[in-house]
Amino acid sequence: MTATPVSPTESELGRSRKRKEDARLVTGRTRWTDNMTVPGMLHMAVLRSPVAHARITSVDTSEARRMPGVQAVVTGSDIAQRQGSLPCAWPVTADMKAPPAPAMAVDTVNFAGEAVAMVAARSAAEARDALDAIDIDYEDLDVVLDIESAARDDSPLVHQDLGTNRNATWTFDSAEAGTGGDVDAALREADIRLDRTFRQQRLIPAFMEPRSVLADPTGEQYTMYSATQVPHILRTMLAMTLGTPEQKIRVIAPDVGGGFGGKLQVTPEEILAFLLAEQLGRPVKWTESRSETMVAGHHGRDQVQRLSLAARSDGTVTGLDVKLLADMGAYLRLVTPGIPILGALMFNAIYKFPAYRFSCTNVFTNKTPTDAYRGAGRPEATFAIERMMDELAAELDMDPMEIRRRNWIGHDEFPYTTVAGLTYDSGNYEVATDRAMEMFGYQQLRDEQLRRRQSDDTVQLGIGISTFTEMCGLAPSRVLGSLSYGAGGWENSQVRVLPTGKVEVVTGTSPHGQSHVTSWSQIVADRLGVPFDDVEVLHGDTQSSPRGLDTYGSRSLTVGGIAAVHAADKVIDKARRIAAHLLECSEDDLDFSDGRFAVRGTDKGVAITDVALAAFTAHDLPEGVEPNLDAEANFDPENFSFPHGTHLCAVEVDTGTGGVRIRSYVCVDDVGSVVNPMIVEGQVHGGLAQGIAQALYEEAVYDDDGTLTTATLADYLVPSAVDLPEFHTDRTETDATSNPLGVKGVGEAGTIASTPAVVNAVVDALRHYGVNDVQMPCSPQRVWRALAGVRAGSSTGSESGGGLGSIDSGGGFATGASGGAR
Amino acid sequence: MIPAEFEYVAPSTVEEAVRTLDRAGDDAKVLAGGQSLLPVLRMRMADPGLVVDIGGIPETKGVREDGDALVIGAMTSHHEVMRSDLVRQHAELVALATRTVADPQVRHRGTFGGSLAHADPAGDLPAPVLAMDAEMVVVGPSGRRTVPAAEFFVDYFTTALQANEVLVEVRLPKYTGWRAHYEKFNRVAQAWSIVGVAATLLVRDGTVAQARVGLTNMGATPVRARGVEQALLGSPPSGEAIRQAAAHATEGTQAGSDASAEADYREHLAEVLTGRALATAAGG
Ligand SMILES: Cc1cc2nc3c(=O)[nH]c(=O)nc-3n(C[C@H](O)[C@H](O)[C@H](O)COP(=O)(O)OP(=O)(O)OC[C@H]3O[C@@H](n4cnc5c(N)ncnc54)[C@H](O)[C@@H]3O)c2cc1C
Repeated sequence: MTATPVSPTESELGRSRKRKEDARLVTGRTRWTDNMTVPGMLHMAVLRSPVAHARITSVDTSEARRMPGVQAVVTGSDIAQRQGSLPCAWPVTADMKAPPAPAMAVDTVNFAGEAVAMVAARSAAEARDALDAIDIDYEDLDVVLDIESAARDDSPLVHQDLGTNRNATWTFDSAEAGTGGDVDAALREADIRLDRTFRQQRLIPAFMEPRSVLADPTGEQYTMYSATQVPHILRTMLAMTLGTPEQKIRVIAPDVGGGFGGKLQVTPEEILAFLLAEQLGRPVKWTESRSETMVAGHHGRDQVQRLSLAARSDGTVTGLDVKLLADMGAYLRLVTPGIPILGALMFNAIYKFPAYRFSCTNVFTNKTPTDAYRGAGRPEATFAIERMMDELAAELDMDPMEIRRRNWIGHDEFPYTTVAGLTYDSGNYEVATDRAMEMFGYQQLRDEQLRRRQSDDTVQLGIGISTFTEMCGLAPSRVLGSLSYGAGGWENSQVRVLPTGKVEVVTGTSPHGQSHVTSWSQIVADRLGVPFDDVEVLHGDTQSSPRGLDTYGSRSLTVGGIAAVHAADKVIDKARRIAAHLLECSEDDLDFSDGRFAVRGTDKGVAITDVALAAFTAHDLPEGVEPNLDAEANFDPENFSFPHGTHLCAVEVDTGTGGVRIRSYVCVDDVGSVVNPMIVEGQVHGGLAQGIAQALYEEAVYDDDGTLTTATLADYLVPSAVDLPEFHTDRTETDATSNPLGVKGVGEAGTIASTPAVVNAVVDALRHYGVNDVQMPCSPQRVWRALAGVRAGSSTGSESGGGLGSIDSGGGFATGASGGAR
Repeated sequence: MIPAEFEYVAPSTVEEAVRTLDRAGDDAKVLAGGQSLLPVLRMRMADPGLVVDIGGIPETKGVREDGDALVIGAMTSHHEVMRSDLVRQHAELVALATRTVADPQVRHRGTFGGSLAHADPAGDLPAPVLAMDAEMVVVGPSGRRTVPAAEFFVDYFTTALQANEVLVEVRLPKYTGWRAHYEKFNRVAQAWSIVGVAATLLVRDGTVAQARVGLTNMGATPVRARGVEQALLGSPPSGEAIRQAAAHATEGTQAGSDASAEADYREHLAEVLTGRALATAAGG
C-alpha cells in the first residue's frame, strides 16, 4: 500500500500515511539498547541454572574472578538482601499464595534458565568466558511439570514453604453476580450438553530484538535503558522493589524491536544490571542471546481448559461452564496470575449465553514463568468458545455459521450487557460476516469440500470460522481496581505548540513497532490543523514523558491516543481565548478549522501557530491566561474497547502425510474508525501470523527433566512469510461510542481471532473420518495420528504426540536430529 | 552467543590446510561456509583451539566435467550448485535437493562439501549423493584418497574423514537424461527434513531401466532404498508399480524419534514420500 499525496484539506484521519519511523529504521540509524555505549561501560553475562528444580549446595567463583577482564562475579547469596522480590502487580485474590521471586536464585532454583550468578567484565566475550569458570553444585529436587498433576494435593511441591502448588482460584458466576442464570440448572435441563477439554500449549513471544539493559549509575539520576514495553512501570517498580527513590531513577525505552507482551515485564535482568552497576559504580550492559530469550524471557498461554456447554436442540445456547488450570511457571512475574483472568469475561464472546460460570486455578510448576503474550487470556477464551461453537454445530448437524448467527448479539441490541457483566458498546456482526462470507466464497468451498469427501481425495478441505470479539483498550481504572490490579488504566498526553508553530506531542504509551509516532502525528495534526510533518511525538523516556502506563493490551490508541485528543482540545480552548483577545472579539464568534481561528462573517482571523508565538512572547495575553500554548490531559476510559470480526480459513489437509496447508484466509475486522489503514493492516497481518503460528507451528516443549527442548529457533518453529498464505482482509467500521475518535484496539485482534479459525478448519477437514479434535499445534504428526487413531477405532487426536513424552530423551538421535547441533 | 576464543587461519592451498590440521591434532576444525559450524561454536557445543578456513582455496570451488564424471568442488556454494547448468544436466537430483536447503542467505554461504562433511542425518544432500554412487575425494597428510559415498557416512554427524583430512571434491557419474525428484517433508520453509526422498530414474521405452533412491533422516546416516530400486526395474513408472515399490521404502531403515516425528510416523512418511518422489520423477 502506498501513501498517495493529497490536498492539504484532506482529513489526516483515515489516511495511509507512510510511517515516519521507517526512514531511520530501514537505513539502520537505530538506537536499540544494545547499540548504546557509555564511557566506562562494563558487560554483564548471566549464568543460568541447567536444572529445573534443585538446591544449590556449593558455589565456587574463585576461578572466574581471576579470568581476564573480569571486574566482579556476583551470586544470589551476595545480593540476597538487596535484590528484594520481583514485583507482581496483580494479586488476583486476597488469599493468593505467592513465593518470593528473587531476581537471582539464592539457595534453590525453580526452573531451568533461572539466573544463578552474574559476571561483569570489560568485554562481552570476557564476561561470557567467565561464566564457564563458575562452578555450582546442585542437589536435585522433584521436578513438577504437568499442570494437572501439580494441581493435585499429593503432588511434589515447587515451593515447599507455600504448602501447595496452587496460587489462587478465581471465580465468576453469573447467578451470584446477578448478571445471568444458574449454570448447573442450564446444564441439567439442556437438550444437548457438550463437554470438551482443550489444551493451550505454551508459547514463546519470540520478539525480534533480544532483551537488553544498560544501567548507568554515574549521573545524578540512575539511568536505565531497556528494551521494554513499560518504561514507566519499570521506573516505579525499580523504586518500589529496590527502595531507590523514584525521582532518582530515569528509564528510557529507546528503539524497541517488538514485544508482544514479552517485554511487558520487570525482568530479573533489569534488577540484576541495576544492582551490578550500583555495586561497581560503573555502567553495565546486558544483552541476551536468543537461547536466553527462549528459556528466561517469560512464556505465554499454557492452560488446560474444560468447557461444558448447554444448548437446546435448535442450537440456542443456554449455559457455559468454564474450568481452567493455568500454568504460572515457577514464579509470579508482573501480571502472571491475572493473565487468565483477562479471558475470564470473554468466554461468552459474542453469544447470548443466559448463564455463565468461570473458574480458574493458577498452578506453579518448575518451568519458565508465564505472563502476557499477545492477546493474554483472550486468545485462550476465544479459542475455546469458537471451538465449542463448531463442536455444537457438528453435534446438531447444523452449519457452523448458522449456529453463530442464531446466538450472537444483533446489531440492534447494542449497547449490550453480557452475562459476564461487560457492556459491549457497539458492533455489527452481521455486516462483517456477510462481507467475509462473500469474499471467501463460502458456498463454493463447501461444494468443493463435498466433492473431495465423496471422491475420498488424499487432500481434504476444511473450513474454519471464528467470529470473535475481545475486550481491550486497558482499561477503566475502576474496573482494574475491582479486579485487584495494582495500577490504573488511564493514559497521559501533553501537547505543546512551540514558538515557531511546530508541535510536540508527549505520550505515556511506549511504542515498540506499533507506529505511534505516525498515528499520533496524524491525530494531532488533524485536531490542530497543522501539517503532519510539523508534529513530533515524544515517548519512552520518563524524563520527557513523565507520566504514563505504557503499551500493552491494545491500549495505546484507545486510551493514549484519546489523551492526545483531549490535550489537543485543551490547547485549542486556550488558543481560542488568546485569539479572541488578539482579534478583539468574543470567543463565541470564532470558528476554528484548518488551524485557523476566523471571526465568523468576516475575513479576519489568526492561525493557531501565530497564537502560539503570542502565547510565547506573552506580551499581550488576556487576563488570567498563562504564557505558552500547551496543555496536558489524563484520560481514563469509561469502558473497554470491543473490536470484533469474522475470520474464515480454508485448509487443505494432506491425509497422506498429515500436512496442513492454508488455502485461503479471509478476515473482516471491525476496529471502529481507523486513523491509518495501512498501519491497521500491518497489525492485522502480524496478528494473524502469530495466531496461525499457535494453531500450526509453535510450542514450547519440556522434557521429563524440565529442560526446554525447543530452545532454539530451529526447534521452536516461528513461521516466516513463506509459510503463511496471502491474507485477504477487509474492514467494517462501527464506531466505538466510548471515545471521541470512535476507535477500537487492533493490536491483538488478529492473534485472538485466527487460532480457532485455523484449528476449526483442520478439524472440519477430518470430521467425516470421526475426528473431533486435534491438539495444537496441529503438526503433521498429530493430524496423522488423529486420522490413524480413528481409522484404528481408538480415540481422537487430542492425545497424540509431539508434546511431553514424545521425545526420545534416551537416544542420541533426539538431540542430534533436533538439537542445536545444526 | 559468543564462541570460545580460537585461533583462525586461512590457508591458500589444500596442502597447507592439511599440514595445519595435522599439526593441530584434534584441536582444529575446518571452516567451510560456517552455516553449521558457527552455530555449534557460538552455542559452545564445540570449542576448537584452531579454525582452518578453507574458503580461500580456489581449487575446491566450482563444477566441472572430467570425462564420464561430474565434479563438484567441496567449497561450491549451494546457490552455485543449484544454478549450475552442468549439475542440472548431469545430476538434476542434486540441483533439486539443493534447492530445498534452507533459505537464500544460507544457500549463498553454505557449501556442498560442508553439508556432506557435516553429515547431519536431516541434511538434504547426503541422500542424493549416496543414491547416485558418488565418490568423495579426500586429501590428507599422506595424499589423496577416494571414498565411495556408501562408506563415507558413518554415523550421526560422523564421516570417514579424519581430523587432518579435507574433503576437496565430489565425483558423480553422469546421470544425463535421467528424471529426478527430491521430495522433502518439513514444517516451516527453512527447516531441515523430517523425512526426505531422493529419486532419480532412467526410463526407456516406457519402463524403468535404472533407479536410484536415497532416504534422508531415516537413520543415523542416509539410507539407500535398494528394495525400492529393485522393485521398479522393468516396470512402467506409474500407479501400481510405484505403490508396490514404495512399500519397500522402510527396508533397512532405522528411523529415530525426535520432537518433530516419532519413528512409526517417519516410516509411514518414508513410504508415502517415496511414492510421491517416484511419481513426480517419472512425470518430469
Ligand atoms: C537456518 C539454516 C537452515 C538450514 N537448513 C538446511 C536444510 O534445510 N537442509 C540442509 O541440508 N541443510 C540445512 N542447513 C545447513 C546448511 O546446508 C549448511 O550449509 C551445511 O550443513 C554446512 O555447510 P557449510 O559449508 O556451512 O559448512 P560448515 O558449517 O563450515 O562446516 C560444517 C562441518 O563440516 C566440516 N567441514 C566443512 N567442509 C569441510 C571440508 N571440505 N572438509 C572437511 N570438513 C569439512 C566442518 O569442520 C564442520 O564440522 C541449514 C543451515 C541453517 C543455518
